[in-house]
Parts: sequence; C-alpha cells; structure tokens
Amino acid sequence: MAVKSLEIKDKEVREKFKEIERFIGSEHKLNDNQGMLMGVLHKTQEVFGYLPAEAMDLVSDRLGIPTAHIYGMATFYNYFTLKPRAKYQVFMCKGTACYVAGGGRVLEKLQETLKIGLGEVTPDKMFGLNITRCLGCCGLSPVMQVNEDIYVRMGPEKVNAILDKYRKKETKKRKVSK
Amino acid sequence: MSDKKMINLIIDGQKAAVLAGSTVMEAAEAIGIHIPRLCFHPKLSTAGACRVCVVEIDGQKNFPVSCATAAAEGMNVKTNTPAIREARRDIVELILDNHPRDCQICEKNEDCDLQKLANLFGIRDLRFDGERKRYATDFSSPSIMRDPEKCILCGKCVRVCSEIQGVNALSYSHRGFKSTVVPAYNMNIKDSVCIACGQCTLFCPTGALMERDYTEEVFKNLADPEKFCAVQIAPAVRVALGEGFGFAPGTDLTYEIVAALRILGFKAVFDTQFSADLTIIEEGHELIDRIKNKGKLPMFTSCSPGWIKYCEHFHPEFLPNLSTCKSPQQMMGALIKTYYAEKSGVPASKMYSVSIMPCTAKKFECSRDEMDSSGYRDVDVVLTTRELIRMIKQAGIKFNELKKGEFDDPLGESTGAAPIFGVTGGVMEAALRTAYEVITKKQLPAIELKAVRGLDGIREATVDIDGLKVNVAVVFSLSNVHKLLAEIKEGKRNYHFIEVMTCPGGCIGGGGQPYPQGMTDPLDHTLYNLRGAGLYSIDEKKALRKSHENPLITKIYKDFLKEPLGHLSHKLLHTHYHKRCPEGIPAEIREKNVNV
Repeated sequence: MAVKSLEIKDKEVREKFKEIERFIGSEHKLNDNQGMLMGVLHKTQEVFGYLPAEAMDLVSDRLGIPTAHIYGMATFYNYFTLKPRAKYQVFMCKGTACYVAGGGRVLEKLQETLKIGLGEVTPDKMFGLNITRCLGCCGLSPVMQVNEDIYVRMGPEKVNAILDKYRKKETKKRKVSK
Repeated sequence: MSDKKMINLIIDGQKAAVLAGSTVMEAAEAIGIHIPRLCFHPKLSTAGACRVCVVEIDGQKNFPVSCATAAAEGMNVKTNTPAIREARRDIVELILDNHPRDCQICEKNEDCDLQKLANLFGIRDLRFDGERKRYATDFSSPSIMRDPEKCILCGKCVRVCSEIQGVNALSYSHRGFKSTVVPAYNMNIKDSVCIACGQCTLFCPTGALMERDYTEEVFKNLADPEKFCAVQIAPAVRVALGEGFGFAPGTDLTYEIVAALRILGFKAVFDTQFSADLTIIEEGHELIDRIKNKGKLPMFTSCSPGWIKYCEHFHPEFLPNLSTCKSPQQMMGALIKTYYAEKSGVPASKMYSVSIMPCTAKKFECSRDEMDSSGYRDVDVVLTTRELIRMIKQAGIKFNELKKGEFDDPLGESTGAAPIFGVTGGVMEAALRTAYEVITKKQLPAIELKAVRGLDGIREATVDIDGLKVNVAVVFSLSNVHKLLAEIKEGKRNYHFIEVMTCPGGCIGGGGQPYPQGMTDPLDHTLYNLRGAGLYSIDEKKALRKSHENPLITKIYKDFLKEPLGHLSHKLLHTHYHKRCPEGIPAEIREKNVNV
C-alpha cells in the first residue's frame, strides 16, 4: 500500500496507468472531475481487476480529488473491491436444495483442492472461492458457478477436472501471447 | 432584488422575518430560539446527518431537519412540542445506543456535546441496547488521538479538515453500521496527510478525536528529583486558559499561570514571548538579507508547525521560501538547554523541557528529528492549553485565588511585539516594526499597523520603508493558503513577505485551545476577537513594543549568540525542512518521475 515505495518499473502497470489516463482524457469532454469519478473507478477496476492504492492515488492526482474521499467512495459501494480478485470466481451454491443434495461435500473438496477458505483467493490469483444462495435451478442441484459458466449435478469427483479446464485455458493463453 | 426578499413565518407562535434563503434554524435563532444540534456548524457546509434539530412544520408529514429546511412564506414551525421532544430524545438515545457508555472515564467528560444533549433532553433511561462498534484506538500520531468507537459520524471533522483546512485527511468510509471516519486507505493518522493542526479536536462533539494527552508523563517528571523541569508558555495560552476557570475569553492571566506552574513544580518558568522577540530579530534579518541579496522571495514565516507540515506535504516547491528560523517554541527549547544551562549550571542532560502551547501540531514539531541541534531535544514535551487546565485542576490549585508570579531570568522578558504572535497578522506587525527601524535607522511613525490586523482570511498591504515598497500578505486557514499559493504560482500576486498561520484567527483559534464554552462555537469571530483583544492589550501596556528594544535580546547577542544569522544562531535557531511524502500523496506521480 505504501505509495512511498511506489516505483512503477513494471511495464504492465505502466500500461494500465496509461489506459486509465486515456479514459480520463476522453471523459473530460463530457463531465467535470467529481462527476467522472465513478466512471473512472469503474474503468480502474476493469483494468486492474480491483482498486489498488497506487491506482487510486493516480486517480486522485489526475482528478484533484483527495485520496481519503476516493477511498470513501471505493468502500461505500459493494461493487468495488480493494483486494485483488481472482481470474475465476468459483461460487458454490449453499441454498437448501443444493445443500441437501450434497453441495457441502463439493465445497469441502474445493477448499481442499484450492487450499483456500471462503472469500479467499489462491496465491496465483487464479481462483477465488465463495458461496452463493440459490441460482434458480434447484432441480439440477448441487450447482456450481465459475464466472459465467454453470455446472450442474456436481459431485466432489468432478471438481478437479473442472478446475483443470480453466488452468489449461490460462496456460494456452500465455503460450499464445509469447 | 429577489435576494433581498423577506420571508415571514411563525415559529413557536412568534412572528419571524428572515431573508429568503435562510433556513428554519436560522430563523429560529434570529428570534431567540436555539434549536439543539450536533452535526450543524454555521461556518461549515450542511450535512443534516444527526437529525437532532428536527422540528414540526404544519402540513408536513415528517419532522424535517431545521438546519437543511429553507424558511418559506407562511410556514408555521413548532420546535418544542411533546412529539418533537420525544423524537429528539429517541434520536439521541439511538446514537447512544452503540456509543461506549463510559462517560466517567472518558477524557471528553463534561466537554462532550453528546453527553450535554442527553442531559439537556432529560434522558434518564436507555431503552435500546444496540450492537457496539469495535475499533482500535489510533495512538500513532504524537498530536492527535482517534477513537472510532466514540465517533457518531456527524462528519464535522471531515468538513473542517476539507473546507477550512483543505487538507482532506479524513473521510467517511464503508457504509451502514460499518461506516467510520478514517484517513485514506484506513491508514493511521501519523502516516496520513494529516498536518496535526487539531481543528478536528475542537469540532468533534465526542471523544473520538482528541489531543494526545501527556499530562501523566509531565507529572511523573515533575516528581522526579533527578530532573530539572523547565517550562515556557506561548502568547495565545495566557488569554484563553482562563476560560477553563470561568474567566471571560481574552482575560490576561500570564502571571497567574506562572504562579500555577511553580506550584506544579516547575523549577524555571520562561516566556515563549522572549523567543518570539528573538525570532523577529533573526527572521527580520533573514528577510532583509533575502531582499538585498536577491534570495528566494516571497519569504514565508515558519512559526506555525501545521503550515510547515502542509508545505512539506502539498507544496514542496515552496520549501526554499520558508524562513529557516525555527519557531519561537523550538528556539526557546534550544536556548534553555544551552544558554540557560550554562548560566544556571544545571546540566542539559538533567533538564526536562516542557512547553505550553495553544497547538496540537507543536507536539509533532517538538518530535521532529532535526530539532536537537544542541545535542539534546529542544523541547521534550508539549502540552496544550487544555492539558494545562486539566493539570491545574488535578493538582487542586485554586487558580482563581492565585497571586501573580514572575518569569525567570534571563528568558522571561518580552516586548509588545511578542504577545501579538498569537493572533493573525501579529508576526507580520512585529516583524515590520523591527524591519522598518533596522533598515531606516529612523523611528517608526505609527507603532500599530492596523492594515495587517483583522479576521479576513487573506489580507495584504504595502509598506513603504524609506522608499523600499515591501509587499506583504497575511493569511490563515490552509484552504486560504492553498488559494494564495496558486495565485502566486500563476504570477497574479507578488509579495516579499507572507505570514502564514494554520488555524483560523491564528494561535488564538489553535487546535489546542479550550473548547468554546456556552453558546459559542469554534470559528466564532466574537471569541477570536476577545482572545485577540487580550493579546493586543498586553502589547499596548508594554513600555517597549519593538523586539529589537528588548534589553535581554541585546544581552543574549552580546553574551552568547554574537550576531543575528551568525554561526551559533544558525546552529541553534535555524533549521531546514524537507519534502514529506506520506502515504496517500502521489508525489512520484505528480512529479512525473514515472513516465505515465
């Protein structure tokens, strides 16, 4: 969090900063500084996946809005997150039907495999684990959701294969970008 | 013309007429009805957060808040019906609901607005028992203590920090039950952009924001036979301390305070006004030097530590413009442990140096790394006016019956130029009195420079010193400072010398001064005028009113310092300030070191 030690040597971060600045530049025509803050924070979260302090400092400086007030807004809305979010958010349904159908065992397996608790993120920021209440398809319980994908009639034995699918997707992406 | 339209309404059966745009609260105040309030302050923006000031208005279903409801033609307002009384009582009860009920052991006991309201409304029973908030108290700063458990979210601290001081160290964070007032990123006060002025402590209605209390530490040292405790008192303390003992604001109690300090056990009692005179000599010569040798101008005064920290945080480009003089407090501290140690034979290592200040930022100032050029800390601990009041009361000293005491030699005598250091414009006036005579070698035609007096946030004057036109400005409140600096940068304003005081009205309105009593508020001009008049009358009563006429100043240069801006002066009385980059200030970004 220390802005003191902020040295943006990281090329990737620098690029992200530039993207936010471009967005601010394009918004300037439409809105005053206070008015565009919400949009800029949305953009920042889109770019970084969360709101890092350094990025809020950048926004503060460019819009002339004190960091304390930006922090206030960022913590007011549930939408914003100040912690890095995982690439793939795993939601296990813990609604009554899913729970009765054995959703709890799936959740145990997920925790065991990912080695994280609820609300936490794996160190490589690949997976985050959360519970959710009723996804509206109880007939297909237990239900699990990974980002936009829905998995039905889940069982602990299916967990590894599903997670592997996303891991493979990421390794492929990395190869392509190289 | 429309802005001069009068609105007629009825409040509690009485006719009221106010200018259009006035609120119901203002209309009530105008006819002598004080509607109770917690979050409202006339000089801050309106929040409508606490709901305590609700009233009944005919034709309106709910009880609107009078601070944010515009008075309208024909309105029939009732401020004291049974229903309103009950609503207010419920509101305060609900606030008390998740507030720690530890009044007896709370530092703010008897000065707490929430406590006073509960008592005023006759709340004798708490029917609700809500969930309590649990937060750690922030003791990180040497100046300000923050206890979020006692916070009732009125937001006055947020508003004063933003609207009056322009520092924006605090803001609301999170929402609902989890709402708190915190510095950016929930960091502690010490690492935040807080400049320690303590205005928030004057505004906080509860004990959520207070000065750090060092009274126990001082009592301990006073009782230690190995220690030689010396003390100094600032100008603005002497005209405000009496408020804690029922005296009117502005009552000069200099020598009663000296007597009380002796009873408390201080072995040497000195006057910061002596070092104020010394500051004028050093700072005056520095100004003349800068003007003659084309040094960095405008030069800013450096007596106000909140301003220094502000400059270091937000405007480091102006650091070379700051006078290198230490503040009178630090000068006095350095002299006690050198000049006085030498004269008295008490080794500096045994000395414990306390100063009584109207200021919380002075606590920070005395803890700055660079303030030890004598080899010892210039000042060991700073107490605010409020803390000294507590100490005098704890020691059972009957302050109102005290006989006058006397300051100790050789750091106790001052001229009339020194007391006015405590009021906005005073340092400027004192400096000009001396600068004029040093430069022209002629007597000043009129000693009082009324042009730099007053309570306008930014004032300017041009002084003719034998053909040399010196442009000066006087400014207080950092939001005004911010404006002035911006205009200087744009080249719109051009000055030689600028006096900056952090707090509204100068030190008389300092963050460590007594809480305003009765119906007065902080920022109240009546209060500031009374305290200020106290200082001006001390000046008027002095036979010598120019710093360079102080015989003890002449003596200290002859015996010890040799010459203004000389070698020893530079070592003991001058310093340099540096850029500070606390968390929450994107300096690297701002300075474009990072190629974004």
